[in-house]
Amino acid sequence: MAQALINVPAKARRGDVIEIKTLISHVMETGYRRSESGEPIPRDIINTFVCTYNDEVVFRAELFPAIAANPFISFFTVATESGVITLSWTDDKGATEVRTAKITVE
Amino acid sequence: MTVAAMGRLSWAGMPCLLVGLVAVVARAADIAPTDKRSDYALMSRETQAMQDDDLANPGMLFVLDGEALWSRKDGAEARSCADCHGDAAASMKGVAARYPAYEATLARPIDLEQRINSCRATHQRATPFAWESKELLALTAFVARQSSGIAIAETADERLQPFIAAGREIFERRQGQLDLSCSQCHDDNWGRKLAGAVIPQGHPTGYPVYRLEWQTLGSLQRRLRNCMFGMRAEPYAYGAPEHVELELYLMWRARGLAADAPAVRP
Repeated sequence: MAQALINVPAKARRGDVIEIKTLISHVMETGYRRSESGEPIPRDIINTFVCTYNDEVVFRAELFPAIAANPFISFFTVATESGVITLSWTDDKGATEVRTAKITVE
Repeated sequence: MTVAAMGRLSWAGMPCLLVGLVAVVARAADIAPTDKRSDYALMSRETQAMQDDDLANPGMLFVLDGEALWSRKDGAEARSCADCHGDAAASMKGVAARYPAYEATLARPIDLEQRINSCRATHQRATPFAWESKELLALTAFVARQSSGIAIAETADERLQPFIAAGREIFERRQGQLDLSCSQCHDDNWGRKLAGAVIPQGHPTGYPVYRLEWQTLGSLQRRLRNCMFGMRAEPYAYGAPEHVELELYLMWRARGLAADAPAVRP
C-alpha cells in the first residue's frame, strides 16, 4: 500500500480559507525510460487527484509525466460546514488510494 | 622577444608563481570549528521548509514504511526488530548518531545498513536486504529518525582510530581523471558553487537523505559513489571497506552537529 501524509485542519471557522496539503508515495514512472536491458519501462503515474468535501468536488487535478515522484499537492478551499474531506489518487494501473479527514466548522 | 627579456619576465613573475604553487600544493586545512555547519544551513529556504515539515518531507514516507517493517515478523526465527528492541523511540534513540561502530567479530567498523543486515542474518535468520533496496532504506531511515536533533557523537572507541585515519587518507587523496580529492571541494571550497549548486561541507548528518535529484531516498554510500563518479574515479562497491572508512571519517568530522535524518537535499 502506498503511504500518504495529509494535512487537513481539524477545526476551522465558517468561511475560513483553509489549506490542505497532501503527499503520497508513488514512483511516477514517466514511460520514457528504458531498463538496463533496453526494454521500455511502461508509464505508471498518478493521473488523477480528487478532493471532495461532503461529497462535493472542491479540487481536482490531472497529473502528467513531468511531475516528480512522490507528488506533493497543496490547495485551498473554504470551510463551509462540518464533515468529511476525502482525498483520492488514481494511477495508470487503476489503483486508487483514498484518505479521509474530519473537519469541524464552528 | 629576446631570450634575455624572457628571462627577466619569468624572474619577475617568480614570487607570484611560487605563492600560487604553495597554495595548490599545501595540504587542505580542516574546517575551523567555528565555521563548521550542517549542510542544511547551506540549502535554499524552500528545501529547508520541505525538510522541516514532517507532512511535506518525502523522506517521512519511507520512515512510515520502516515503522511497519520494524514490527513485521521475518526470517526463520519469525521475529521482528521490535521483539528484541521494543519501542524504537527509546531503544534506537541516538544510535544513528554513533554509527559506523566497531564490530568485534569482524574486527572492523560497520555502518547502520550493515548492522541492520547483520541483525537480520543472525537474529532473524532472514535474507539480508539488498543495498539501496526500498526495505533497507526504509528501515535505516526509521532507525535514523529516532536520533533526530541529537548531536553526532565523538567516538570514544580507540579501536576505531586506525579506520578514521584510513577514511581521512581516502578523503584527502587525489583520485580519478580529474585528479581531485574530496577535501579540495568540501574543506577548501565549501560555500562556493560547482556549476549552479552550492558545495556543502559534506557532513553526513541526515542519511539516508531524500535527494530531490534522485526523487527518492538514498544511502550515504550512494552519495559517495555519486561524488566519485563526478570526479571520474572508479566508485567503491556497495559495502566496500573503503566506503565504511569514509563514512566513519565523515561522521567524526561532523561530530557535534545535529543529526537530521531523513534530510532533504537538493
